[in-house]
This record gives sequence, structure tokens and C-alpha cells, in this order.
Amino acid sequence: MSVDLSQFIPSFLEESFEGLELMESSLLNLEAGDHETIHSIFRAAHSIKGGAGTFGFDVVTEFTHLVETLLDEMRDGRREVVQKDIEILLSSVDCMRLLIEAARDKESYDEDKVSKTTKELSQTLASNETTNVTNSEQTTQTVNNASDNQENDELLTYLIHFVPEHDLAKTGNDPLFLFNALAELGELTIKANTSELPALNDIDPQELYLSWDLTLKTSANKEDIHEVFEWVEDECLLEITLADAINQEAPEQTQNLAVEQVQEQVQVQEQVAETKDTPSPDTEQTTTSKPKEKTKAKAKAKVEVSSIRVGVDKVDHLINLVGELVITQSMLSELGNDFQMDNIERLTNGLEQLLQNTKELQESVMRIRMLPISFAFNRFPRLVHDLANKTGKEIELVIKGEQTELDKTVMEQIGDPLVHLVRNAVDHGIEPADVRLANGKSAKGTISLDAYHQGGNIVIEISDDGGGINREKVFAKAVEKGIVEPNNTLTDSQVFDLLFEPGFSTADQVTDISGRGVGMDVVKRNIQSLGGRIQVESAIGKGSCFKVNLPLTLAILDGQLVKVGSETYIIPLISIVESLQVDRELINKVSGDMTLYRLRDENVPILPVYQLFGLATDFTEIDNALLVVVEADGQKVGLMVDDLLAQQQVVIKSLKDNYQQVIGISGATILGDGSVAMILDIPGMIQMALSYAQKKQQSSSEVGEFC
Amino acid sequence: MANVLVVDDSNSIRDMVSFTLKSAGYQTVEAKDGLEGLAKAQTGSFDLVISDVNMPNMDGIALCGELRKLSNFKFTPILMLTTESSTDMKMRGKAAGATGWLVKPFNPEKLLATIKRVVR
Repeated sequence: MSVDLSQFIPSFLEESFEGLELMESSLLNLEAGDHETIHSIFRAAHSIKGGAGTFGFDVVTEFTHLVETLLDEMRDGRREVVQKDIEILLSSVDCMRLLIEAARDKESYDEDKVSKTTKELSQTLASNETTNVTNSEQTTQTVNNASDNQENDELLTYLIHFVPEHDLAKTGNDPLFLFNALAELGELTIKANTSELPALNDIDPQELYLSWDLTLKTSANKEDIHEVFEWVEDECLLEITLADAINQEAPEQTQNLAVEQVQEQVQVQEQVAETKDTPSPDTEQTTTSKPKEKTKAKAKAKVEVSSIRVGVDKVDHLINLVGELVITQSMLSELGNDFQMDNIERLTNGLEQLLQNTKELQESVMRIRMLPISFAFNRFPRLVHDLANKTGKEIELVIKGEQTELDKTVMEQIGDPLVHLVRNAVDHGIEPADVRLANGKSAKGTISLDAYHQGGNIVIEISDDGGGINREKVFAKAVEKGIVEPNNTLTDSQVFDLLFEPGFSTADQVTDISGRGVGMDVVKRNIQSLGGRIQVESAIGKGSCFKVNLPLTLAILDGQLVKVGSETYIIPLISIVESLQVDRELINKVSGDMTLYRLRDENVPILPVYQLFGLATDFTEIDNALLVVVEADGQKVGLMVDDLLAQQQVVIKSLKDNYQQVIGISGATILGDGSVAMILDIPGMIQMALSYAQKKQQSSSEVGEFC
Repeated sequence: MANVLVVDDSNSIRDMVSFTLKSAGYQTVEAKDGLEGLAKAQTGSFDLVISDVNMPNMDGIALCGELRKLSNFKFTPILMLTTESSTDMKMRGKAAGATGWLVKPFNPEKLLATIKRVVR
């Protein structure tokens, strides 16, 4: 029978990538004499090799075999663990990842890198003068080939003398099954020898007293027979002889017969040749079809392994909740069958219970998508290690809060921005050791990654104890680039926000403004597309901290419902700073349409939402209006609304998928009463307000200053 | 039909062995390392144990030794599933009471053919 195992490829791939991560992180922490770690690295490589072999990923198997051999030598203490070898193993891990990805996507891989590492591995292995496992495996292969050649359809008779040791059964072997296996090879005659059998009283039922003489007529060769006895060969006396070799009947045959036999043999050989040929067209096909597949694979996007491994306890909890939901449902439907008003209390109770069930169910389902952020943090020890090597700096990476959970989708998309920020911290944040020493710091710089929950959000902090960002230089650069006017006065955070300006990213890296401007606009855009924001804090000589604020999930949003005219809007809680009632004293009209509100020591422009969206409402007076102060891009604005309604979690429905993109709106949701409410896109609204104000200014040709 | 205990720390290998055995009509119980294997071994009766060698917590050789100490595993066939074709590893397995070994890469047809040497 044939068993199709291809359905297990995805889980093998997932496991391999996990194994590679484990290898990488263990290698980074590996110290000489740490046997347990070497063992676990070896195990990971070993499993990958085993699985790759099963699925015919031969390149992976071959390469991993070298890695495994090196690790095996370390494991057995035949080789000392030195830094050079660890570096080779680290780049081997990269190669294995490349090879596995290539096998998965059926694409080509960076052959230069792999062959370079292969060479390094082989050289390293050769330098230790131990016998290579490869050699012995090659010889076994040739033996196999040789026995393959012998194979033909000629029936031979073997005499097998089999005397097992008395305690053969203690290793779980049973001669009966061995004979069954032999019988599958051909025609088997069994003769038991009972001469050793003791008197009944002396028999130990756990011992074996019999021996056997077997005659097997088979087309199989001696190797095959030996294989059946493979597991017991050292626990028995085994003699296998070819009966025909003893009898030697051939010389008596007539010439005619001999000719026939020769013809037969030729036929047989042809058959063998045929059967041997048949697989090869297959392999040819696969090789020739490869380029085609390659283009196909390139056309479609890279295959993401999109399964989640969920703890059994989470699933059990879900099943439990669904059970409760079913109970509630049946209770309610029974109640509905014959409803009378005096049952109203039971109905309310039932609905209350339904609410509770739904809420818990929702929370549990969301929790399934949650993964600890260590999945995203895992790659950083290696990254920092490599970058530190490259830049010649001494850097310690401190990771905190790696168990903080985050939605899988958010996690996947935050990876690259984080890499960018960490890379910048190494490249430009941490100073070279001599500079640090000169400034009275320890030679070793520290970069820390920290993740924690705050409100309904997750905060990720990337901080370094490097030189900090020079505010003046950033400002000067921004002026030079024409991003700000020289006479503008900006707060520190506004200055640091300039780093995220698109124009800034073209800044040449040579300048020593900590070079933080490279590609930061992309980082910010990625974070914003996740509904998050990024802030910078920095002190000269002490270091910088980039704080990324993200929603826990993209599917559900914590929102504040507000009323404007007849419409209900939802403001994401993440962007709300505070809500307040306007105090007339603090209103400051700057120009015709622009109104600023004094919020402690800041001036916040007021945006009447009804104006932006052209709604009719009775609440047009700014005095005593309700303001929801929101923040985006480091800019605070006060949204003027009619009324504050409830705070609730809403399920986000994409407007783009269901309708089209609308400026100022990031999505929609369906409220409890069935009506649709729009979710406000705060950065978009600020943009809208700006262009609205500019238009107004131009048309009225008033000279005013817009903040 | 025979009940088989499959012990391997690699989910995919364990799944595949189990799947292959089930598709041939065997029943299987799975464990992810030697310790779990030993615990599960005591919860039922098994006609065959197939175990990986390299595993965390308790490796296959140690598991084999422990199982042989249990009265109902005295004669149960125990096969080691391993990529290590070295004689040394086979000897160590034998010494611990292993019945035989299956060499990876895992091949379903070969597995089914081979285990016929020890179970019905």
C-alpha cells in the first residue's frame, strides 16, 4: 500500500523553522561545556534532517548532515566549542533556512552562500581527524547497489540454521514473526528442533529452548534474509547457506537448456533494466518541470505558513464555552415556545447569560490568535550579535516582557519595523567603545527591548544607552531639507518627529545626527497602518527610546462612540488623550475659521466634526461644546462632538472591501441596533482639516498662521 | 488490532508514524518525549512501542530501559526510530532491551513491512 505523507509537509516546515530558531538562539548562548544546549541544538538539526529525508528534500538532508556531523563531534566531546565554529554553525542555520524555504516555495536559493558555508563546514570537519560518517554511509550505499545488481527473478534455495539464545524473547523478539517475514520473501519450510527442550518441570516459560532449520525458496538475495534477522543477529547463531551451491546441478544440463537459460536471463535482465528505467523518466520530468514551477511559484506570493499552534487548554476552554452557549440557547428556545409574561424574569436572566457567554467566547477566540511577542523578539539576539561583530561594538541585548501576548497578524507586520529600529540603535545609537569610555560610560552598550500591555494596547520600547539624538542637528537638517521653517519653534517631541518625515529619509548617512533618518518614514507608515503610533524620547549622552504603541488586535477595536448630528462615529480609544468640556476662557481664535484651545501649556486646534463631514446639527457653538482631544503624528487636535456615548469593542469591517476608501474614515462597524457606524481615521482627519483650512485661507485671502 | 505507542519529540514525525500505522489499521497513542511515553505506557496495554532516540527529558534508550522494568512491557517489542545508523547506537539500544531499530528517513511502506517482524 502506499501512504501519502505530503499533508505533513506544512507541519514539518513549521517545526523546522522553530527548530532553526532554537538552534540560532542556543548557538548565541552556547558556552563550552554546556552539554544540554549542544544536545538540544543537535536534536533540532537531527529532526530537520530526518524529516527532510522523508519528503525528499535531498539538498536539505545533505547540508544538514554536515551540520549534524559537526554538532555530533561537539556533543561527544571530540571537538571543542570555539567561537569560529559557532559562527560557521550560525551561517549554516541561515543556509538551512534558505534551503528549506527554497524547497517549500520550489524556488532557487543563494547557491553561493550555501556552497561557501558547505566548504567551510567540510574544511572544519576535515580539520578534525576523525573518520567521517559520510565515508561509511557511502560504503553502505555501494553495498546496497551491489546487492541490487544481484537481484533477479531466479529462484534460489537457502538453508537457514537459526539457534536463538534462550532469552531472545526478553528483547521483545518472537521467532514466529521473523518466520512470517521470511515467508513473505518466498516459499518457506520450517523444521523445529526440540532436542534442547528440558523436562516439563524444568521449563522456564520466559525462555526459548527451540532452534530451527528453515528452507527458503526465494528470488530475494542473502542480504534480504539477513535483514529479517537484523535485530536478533547478535542474540543467535545464524547460518545462511545457498542450497544450490552445494548441489551443483548445472553441469548436467544439456546445451539447449543452457541456451534457453541464457535467453531467459537476457529477458530478465531486460526486464530489470526496464523496471530500473521506469523511475528515471519521472525524475527527468520533475527536473525539467522545475523551471516552470519556479516561474509559477514566483507569480504567486510567497507561501506563508499560516497555521497557528494552539494550546489544548485554550481549545478545551472554547469547547466548554460553546457547551454553555448551547445550554443557554436551548433554555431560551424552550422559553420562547410557550412564552407568558410571568416568565419575563427568566427571559432576562437567559439574555444576561447569553451576553456573558458571547463575551467570554469572543475573548477566548481572540486569545487563540494571541502569541507571545517572543516570536518577534527571537530574531534580535542574532541580529545584534551579527551587527555588533560587523561594527566592532560591544553590545548587550536585554529583552523583557517577551511573554506579552499580541495578535499574530500584528506580530507578523511589526517584525520589519522593529528590525529597522534595532538596527538603527546598533548602527547609530550605541557609540564605539572608545567614545563610550571617554564619556565615562562602560565600554559595553546596552540595547533593551521591552513589551508590556497598557490599556487595550501593547507598548514595545526599543531603547539604547547610546549618544542620544542631537536636537539641533535634526532641526538644522530639517530646515536644510525644507521640511520646517528656520524660525519655527518646536518642542523636543516635535523635533524628533521630524525624523519620520519622508524627506528626511534621503539624508545622507554620513552626518552624525545619529543617522536616525534612514527609512524611518517607512517604519512610521507601517506602524500607522497597524493602527499604532510611535514616539521618540532622547537625551544627549544618555540614549534614546523609541516607543511603539500598537492595538492588540486588528480585528477588534476599543472605541469611544460619539454622536454628531444624527450620526454615530467611533473614535479609536488608542488615539484619545482626554475628553473635556470647553471652558470659554481658554478659547483662542487665531484667524477667521481657526480656533485654538489652550490645553495646559499647549494650543490645540479645534476641529468641528460636523463641518468636516458636512452634517447638520444643533451643536454648532464652540462655547461649552464637548471636545475629544486626540493625538496622531505628534499633533493633538480637539474633535468637537455633540455627545459622548458608550465605550465598547467593535468589530472592524473594511470599507475598502465593502465600498471604497474614504478620507477620514478607517473602517466601519455594525452596532448593536443594526446601524452602521464609521470609525474615524484620526491622521486622515487632521490632513483633511489642514487642507480645509488652507482652502479657506486662500479663498478669503486672509493672512493667518495655521499651527 | 494492535495498539502502538509512538514516542517522538518531533510533531511531524510522530504524526506521520501515527498516520501510517492508523492507515494500516493499527491503533496508536502518542507521546512527545520519554517521560510522557513512560507515563502513557502505564495507562494502557500496548503491542508495540516505536520510539525516537534523541528526545528531551528522557531519551529513547532510557525509556526502553524503564519500560523493560515494567511487568507488562517485559516482552513487548520496542523499536527505536533513529537516523543514527552507527553500530554503537544499535548496541546501546539492544543493551537497554530494544527489540530492533528503524532507520530514518522515515518511509511508510518500509515501516509497515518492518514492523511485521514483531507484531501481527
